[in-house]
Amino acid sequence: MTILALDWGFIIEKLIMIAIVVFASLGIALYTTFGERKVAAILQDRPGPSRAGPFGLLQPLADGLKLIMKEEIIPNAASKWLFILGPGLAMTASLMTCAVIPWGSAIDVFGRHVELQIADVNIGILYVFAVVSMGVYGIMIGGWASNNKFSLMSALRAASQAISYELAMGLALIALLMTTGSLSLKTIVEQQVQGHWWNIVYQPLGFLIFFITAMAECNRTPFDLPEAENELNFGYHQEYSSMKLGFYLFAEYINMIMSSAIMASMYFGGYDLPFFNEASVAPNIAAMIGVGTLLIKIVLFIFLFMWIRWTIPRFRYDQLMGLGWKTLIPLALFNMLVTGAVILAKL
Amino acid sequence: MQALTNKAQAVNRKPMTFLERLYLINIIKGMMITFSHMFKKQPTIRYPEEKREFSPVFRGLHVLNRDEEGRERCTACGLCAVACPAEAITMEAAERVEGEEALYREEKYAAKYEINMLRCIFCGLCEDACPKDAIYLSETFAPANYTRKGFVYAKSDLLIPNPKTEATAFAEAKGVEA
Repeated sequence: MTILALDWGFIIEKLIMIAIVVFASLGIALYTTFGERKVAAILQDRPGPSRAGPFGLLQPLADGLKLIMKEEIIPNAASKWLFILGPGLAMTASLMTCAVIPWGSAIDVFGRHVELQIADVNIGILYVFAVVSMGVYGIMIGGWASNNKFSLMSALRAASQAISYELAMGLALIALLMTTGSLSLKTIVEQQVQGHWWNIVYQPLGFLIFFITAMAECNRTPFDLPEAENELNFGYHQEYSSMKLGFYLFAEYINMIMSSAIMASMYFGGYDLPFFNEASVAPNIAAMIGVGTLLIKIVLFIFLFMWIRWTIPRFRYDQLMGLGWKTLIPLALFNMLVTGAVILAKL
Repeated sequence: MQALTNKAQAVNRKPMTFLERLYLINIIKGMMITFSHMFKKQPTIRYPEEKREFSPVFRGLHVLNRDEEGRERCTACGLCAVACPAEAITMEAAERVEGEEALYREEKYAAKYEINMLRCIFCGLCEDACPKDAIYLSETFAPANYTRKGFVYAKSDLLIPNPKTEATAFAEAKGVEA
């Protein structure tokens, strides 16, 4: 007896996809921490971690093991449930973003046509925005629940930073959405695959604004005011230990991966490999090449994030606000106006 | 005001141009500088595998010397202990008895000779003070230890191997110096 006519194949397919994507992004995040340390070291003429395994490749596993083995400390004055909720929320929010990213076109397995995207929601970008703004709750709740002045200060900073940069981010995106006419990430990528140019050609200013705000949303240097080592003593991380700290650190790297994936999808053609005719090879292989291309783009973006981190010092708080409100938002509005005017002129 | 030297330079206070205020060009310039460091030679010495060469005048752990026939040179005169500014050296003298001529060069020798490596400042004054050429500073440094007692080096730790019986160990301990 069937109560609900469910397509079990569909559910299994999606569950497998979710498992692959989540574990892959965790794995990549693990090695991004290693990459970060290596890039930092090489940019500073140091060798970086090189002891654990060949070329230090086992270092992230050692770090993870260390984090797990550390003592769990919950401060007496902390609000216990919120203290635990904070890192969980940060992690969940950053992992949820990967649901709408199109990792590749589609492959045929066991006679099934499998789209390489967990959910092709028609409001994909809005979903990303909703989830990303959830991410800051993890920092806010964690920072406030720690009952520590530095943590509270950092939570306040994170919140105000998120508010001021999300606006400019949204405005930069609106200009892009006006040219694409769709909110679905899959459609946006497909347009770039079919079309001649990637969206970066039409929206260079929009991309610049988006990139800067994405960096701010990820709390990356030069926008890492919430964790500012030397003034806030690691901010909202301060009271955390063991894997709860690990979750926060991990969430930051996963955020980085996800924003790289979104930037690659929206402005750099997603899984589109330029000067390559997808029809010339079998569809499955073409899809896999597409996945590889997207991963390479993500890695390049992550490298860019790291490169910037080890070049530019942190903003002062008033400079951060000044850049957000006085520069990026007017610039994004201007970009939107110009895009609108061009679209109108073309009609 | 009259300048004392002609090294002073006027500070350029002209307002920044639009391009300069954008900062983007300067950020890219900075990023190019950091990127160029990827191809620079690393000055790191990977310690356990590679070791930094010490200078030939390096003053490390002390060695109590023997003469060519393997006899201890030290006569426990105490000049090193007197010379030591950190008061790291303690010794007790004893008289050589019949039948010990192959062990000790002079009629008096150090029965106990201790250097506290936590006190020692490795200045080398003991080396200078010694009239018998019995103590010198080698090219190794004191390894880490778990206890303070472990840093008090007794005579058995300091004495160089016998050149007669353990020629290779002696050559190794002697090093390039002395």
